[in-house]
Amino acid sequence: MLSLTNVHRDVPARAGRFQILKGVSFDAKAGEVTALLGPNGAGKTTTLSIAQGIDKASSGSVKLLGVDPFRANAGLRSQVGVMLQEGGLPMAVTGERLLFHLARLYQAPANISALMDRLQIREFKDRQIRRLSGGQRQRLGMAAALVGRPRVVFLDEPSAGLDPVSRLIVFELIEELKAAGVCIILTTHLLEDAQRLADHVVLIREGRVEAAGSVEELTATDLRPPFTFRLSRALTEQQRADFPSHLTLVEDTSSSQPAVWRVNGIHGPADLHAVTAWWLRHDLMPSDMGLSGKSLEDVFWELTTHDKA
Amino acid sequence: MTKLDLTPVEEPHSSTLLSKVIAQGRYETRITMTNGEQLLVSIILPLLALTGLFVTGLFDTVEGPSTIDIATPGILALSVLSSGLTGQGIATGFDRRYGVLQYLATTPLGPIGLLLGKVVAVLMVQVTQVIVLGAVALLMGWSPNLAGLGTAALFIVLGALTFTGLGLFIAGTVRPEATLALTNLLWVILGAIGGVVFPVADFAGSVVIDYLPSAALGNGLRSALIDGSFDGAAFVILTLWGIILSVGTIRWFKWR
Repeated sequence: MLSLTNVHRDVPARAGRFQILKGVSFDAKAGEVTALLGPNGAGKTTTLSIAQGIDKASSGSVKLLGVDPFRANAGLRSQVGVMLQEGGLPMAVTGERLLFHLARLYQAPANISALMDRLQIREFKDRQIRRLSGGQRQRLGMAAALVGRPRVVFLDEPSAGLDPVSRLIVFELIEELKAAGVCIILTTHLLEDAQRLADHVVLIREGRVEAAGSVEELTATDLRPPFTFRLSRALTEQQRADFPSHLTLVEDTSSSQPAVWRVNGIHGPADLHAVTAWWLRHDLMPSDMGLSGKSLEDVFWELTTHDKA
Repeated sequence: MTKLDLTPVEEPHSSTLLSKVIAQGRYETRITMTNGEQLLVSIILPLLALTGLFVTGLFDTVEGPSTIDIATPGILALSVLSSGLTGQGIATGFDRRYGVLQYLATTPLGPIGLLLGKVVAVLMVQVTQVIVLGAVALLMGWSPNLAGLGTAALFIVLGALTFTGLGLFIAGTVRPEATLALTNLLWVILGAIGGVVFPVADFAGSVVIDYLPSAALGNGLRSALIDGSFDGAAFVILTLWGIILSVGTIRWFKWR
């Protein structure tokens, strides 16, 4: 449905040219959610703009429903729905008027009334868009993207600024689109969103694809889960020196006091036993401990910090 | 409650250009009509100019047509510039700034649909302008040549296309702040010395001005409403400008 191959995008800068995208490639399939995940400024929105054909790639190829989307005709536009990050909604009209107007641009639009019910737009349908809250605009933007019953939908940060209820409504609708066979491409900087929604995750950092695959594939790259525990008192040099030498003990510097310690290299129960034996030797009683599977967050941190360390 | 069906439509299903233009025209007309500032530019300013000319009797001569007969066609031309060039230019400039155009670019509307939709809106506003300005002028003693009404309508349609094209061309190529300045400046300059309100013969060495779309619109309307005649040269000039500006807009328009 969508295919990007070695897409570059650069813009003129003070000295030469600045590369926003340095070779982005990925495919998005029908009936799947493809999430572009990455920190702010990674190039997610630029990638999306190029995929939609609003922006032009400096080099590389883009195929959306088989054609180059840049300056594509009305036929292609009628099959692709877009929700922009900042909405792009006209301020002076009401949500209802906008949706009914958009519906007239298509021969077989969605039922606007049902769409408004589904996204709970009815409660503010008569209000000018300038007077809507961020979450209300977000839901309206989503509705606008779906008016043409598209085969491909682009959602730029769909959960930004949503309260928990709106978030649930939007997420359920994304699941429903997926079941209907729509190809969904979304960006997010929230790992839990990607983990929850995405069939295919494309990790983008500094204009490059760092990793891509299903959530399972990405999180399965390292099967040894980290073991963490929290101690109320600081460890002495002697205690640290006595720690089982085949394991590594690192202090999680991101957490505040009391300190959280992370043990790498746990392979099985024997390793856990070595740690608890060490506690016993030094009379250490953790206030909290946990053995969790690797989350997308761990992968994300590994990928986004590995060469900075 | 109807069930929401989001099954994708397998084939391209954009509406026809005609339905899109009508839809966009209706939509833009409503926005313009509910926008106070824009109505001010479209109706109040030409009305002030009309009153000013009437009170000063600037065009009064011993034998020729009265000031109001000369001024009214020019004021109608000026109101086309107001709603087409200034009104739509500024509105489109801000739509571009706030990403509305970028959003529209992702819909099946297309640049031709946007331009023609806005022309329809300008013409709808124009109907209101003609009624209001015409009524006030009649009260001031305007006696239009009825034989030229059809020709006048033709020139107004051509003028709406040309100046909406110019407004969108500016809005689609320069920054919104520059659009605001440029369209207002052009309105003042063309309105004052572009042959819109003041007949070109009043200026020395004004050969160039006759070829401007503003003079062509003013001259065409004056010939029609004063003498009831059809100004062929003005028609050709205005048509050419209309084509050049529409094609230029569609070709160079930037949606963001």
